[in-house]
Amino acid sequence: MNINPDIKAEDFAEYISSQEDKGLLRFLTCGSVDDGKSTLIGRLLFDTKLIFEDQLSALERDSKRHGTVGEEMDLALLVDGLEAEREQGITIDVAYRFFATDKRKFIVADTPGHEQYTRNMATGASTADLAVLLVDARKGILTQTKRHAFIASLLGVRHVVLALNKIDLVDYSQERFEEVRAEFDQFAESFDFDSAVAIPLSARFGDNVTQRSDKLSWFNGPTLLEHLETVEAEKEEEGGPFRLPVQWVNRPNLNFRGFSGTVTGGPMRVGDEIVVANSGKTTVVDKLVTMDGELSEAPSGQAVTVTLKDEIDISRGDVLAPANNRPDVSDQFASHVIWMSEQPMYPGRPYLLKIAGRTVSAQVTEIKHKIDVNTFKHLAGKQLELNEIAFCNVALSHPVAFDPYEANKETGSFILIDRMSNETVAAGMVWFGLRRATNVHRQALDINKAERASLKNQRPALLWFTGLSGSGKSTIANALELKLSERAKHTYVLDGDNIRHGLNKDLGFTEADRVENIRRVAETAKLFVDAGLITLVSFISPFRSERQLARSLVEAGEFYEIHVDTPLEDCAKRDPKGLYAKAKAGEIQNFTGIDSPYEAPENPEIRVSTVGRTPEDIADEIIDRLEENGVLERALEWHI
Amino acid sequence: MPINPSSHLKRLENESIQIIREVAAECRNPVMLYSIGKDSAVMLHLALKAFYPSKPPFPLLHVDTTWKFREMISFRDTIAEKYGLELIVHTNEEGVRQGINPFDHGSSNYTHVMKTETLKAALTEHGFDAAFGGARRDEEKSRAKERVFSFRTSSHSWDPKNQRPELWNNYNARVKPGESIRAFPLSNWTELDIWQYILAEEIDIVPLYLAARRPVVNRGGLLIMVDDERFRLEPGEQIDEKMVRFRTLGCYPLTAAIESEATTLPEVVREMLIARTSERHGRLIDHDDAASMEKKKRDGYF
Repeated sequence: MNINPDIKAEDFAEYISSQEDKGLLRFLTCGSVDDGKSTLIGRLLFDTKLIFEDQLSALERDSKRHGTVGEEMDLALLVDGLEAEREQGITIDVAYRFFATDKRKFIVADTPGHEQYTRNMATGASTADLAVLLVDARKGILTQTKRHAFIASLLGVRHVVLALNKIDLVDYSQERFEEVRAEFDQFAESFDFDSAVAIPLSARFGDNVTQRSDKLSWFNGPTLLEHLETVEAEKEEEGGPFRLPVQWVNRPNLNFRGFSGTVTGGPMRVGDEIVVANSGKTTVVDKLVTMDGELSEAPSGQAVTVTLKDEIDISRGDVLAPANNRPDVSDQFASHVIWMSEQPMYPGRPYLLKIAGRTVSAQVTEIKHKIDVNTFKHLAGKQLELNEIAFCNVALSHPVAFDPYEANKETGSFILIDRMSNETVAAGMVWFGLRRATNVHRQALDINKAERASLKNQRPALLWFTGLSGSGKSTIANALELKLSERAKHTYVLDGDNIRHGLNKDLGFTEADRVENIRRVAETAKLFVDAGLITLVSFISPFRSERQLARSLVEAGEFYEIHVDTPLEDCAKRDPKGLYAKAKAGEIQNFTGIDSPYEAPENPEIRVSTVGRTPEDIADEIIDRLEENGVLERALEWHI
Repeated sequence: MPINPSSHLKRLENESIQIIREVAAECRNPVMLYSIGKDSAVMLHLALKAFYPSKPPFPLLHVDTTWKFREMISFRDTIAEKYGLELIVHTNEEGVRQGINPFDHGSSNYTHVMKTETLKAALTEHGFDAAFGGARRDEEKSRAKERVFSFRTSSHSWDPKNQRPELWNNYNARVKPGESIRAFPLSNWTELDIWQYILAEEIDIVPLYLAARRPVVNRGGLLIMVDDERFRLEPGEQIDEKMVRFRTLGCYPLTAAIESEATTLPEVVREMLIARTSERHGRLIDHDDAASMEKKKRDGYF
């Protein structure tokens, strides 16, 4: 934005206040390096006069070092941010740019276009109202253009613009433009966007970006900027039912109890009858408090603090909604998932899921199908790799409130977080709830775990032995079971090899199958613990996250991770089943410790070393520890 | 003058409040870095709004290099008292003892010791797992890709190649012990937005932002204010009284003034709109190197 320096002071005051009432449009640009995406954004910034003089002079210096357009200024260098990227000449992350005109402020998410950057594009699209799909006029619509349209559509972007760039290189040909536009109209139709507009332009020379061009006199439509300034991009969802995910309980003193959050979906009003989605409790909105005074109505997007007529139990992560228009509450839903981590996703592996301020444990229970982002074909799959998109069933540890993504982006979207690294590994968009929670009621049984255990005169526990093949897990578990049996304890040993002969005989040794192997054993062990048994599990269980899953299935204090910590060399030396020899000879693939990783426990309840000791000695050490923790009575007392 | 509910300023305000609340709710021990400048003033104002009628549930932290403008320090103390906020002032006493100063040690070295290292030490000492900063993405190219929740390792460093994807407004604040999050609630604000908001909300700012007659020295084309007797004149330099104001505030020997007649906020905004020189030009530390800010950030500078 720029103004005339001769403007009068009084006119200026008016001008300033008019500038406070601009709208805001967030859009993303997608295209590959060669389409001139950075040049287009540079052009928008340049032409809207937000590029100040010293940035320009720095630019002239930089152009000589990195520039790719000879002696001319390279507008793309204005926007390619990080040092490494500038040197490679590519954009590899999402960068946010800002410019404004008298009508609107714009936030641009600049995202790379190659398939390996699907996650970056999805990130940019998640907050965008509009997507600019950049196409080289010489090449026309490519596979990647369709991919970009698909991802934009998947993330709920309602408006797209096809920017047919480099029109100068096809002699500003109307015929070429019409040809591409016809193709675009056809494929855009299948995505059901609210608007899909094609605009010819040259970012390099500035034709039809912010200013009309004589060379494109045949084009009757708007310039790109005119379109961005005028497209009706108000969210449709603003007229729907409101949701208020509670972010923070506001309790300055005993007389005030408010719930702070951002209203989404529609307006919330004083006097509205509301429900706390999770508990189903209802009450009425008393006040909508802000530092600027109380409101009678809080529109979608407004940050407020709500007080209620009745004192009911509400905490962070609860969702407030109209009593007559409630969100779904379930512990299972079907959703699209975009995988964003180098580490593949395996069904059954536990992750943290964060939705509308609430974090729960979750797992993908089933990949219904993967989607080829180039052809939109459905593919079968057992795991998800970086940048892959799939339609999945997701199961949660606790029921949460949510809406379909289409109805409300805030309450219909989630992220998955790796429990160990804390990385954000996936983004998800809820399609619909699965009614397991409501229709498949858990059978309530009259005899419970405590009663079963008391009949056996013991405390149930899950003793989880983990360690390399040949470390001595099964031998120790066997010795321990014998000693427990001598004390009249009811036990059972789930042994890796034995289970693989029956329950898990359909599973191989790929990472995905190993995850499923442990999941089944953990679930089985949980049932045995529920039966009141002291359950011993002897499995290599090489991955921390699966052991974490097993831990999460039983009650606190019931799980004992026992790391049988025998060095790899000793295991290989013992090699009781001759497996190490075979693995080293390449006859067995995916052998833990040889060509498949073992993630040692960081804080096991019990760690035992085995070298130079007898299994009985080690079993006694474990018994001591179980006595210390109250799982077993002290031997002395027991002998009396 | 209330802001129109559909305006871009209101959208920015709402977004920032959501971010600030999220940090307070998810992090164990957050702190707000308060640099006393206009961005900090807006950030603090938004924090007051976010928790009203409660006070912000975290302290303010100011890294005092001992070379800030005197007016900044008195403003800081007034504000903390006015809102009844806990203010932690942290100074690198060892650096002070060694006499580290911007004249003898070069702006880059001085900033590293008295600001970057001191900030890291303060964060470690208090065990903060999240720190709010007032940085904006429009300030500088390397900041355009910064996340709103920016992950820092236990040595407080930033790895531009290894940032968490950030979708919608669903932020991942999980860290292991020693690691931390830098949260930037003003990420999507521009300098103009900041000024418009200060005007509309009548937010108090340090008077140094307004033009007044001040003693300055012309050093290499930049006007440096002589704020106290520690200022060292180079041969041939002389102190002149000039009508000047500051576009950014930092350590006085490293912060250049611009000549201006703008003695009121609307006049400042007016000048800004017709300005042809961008904001960070007045900060000497960015001139060290083309990619200097990116390097500083990797080291842990905000």
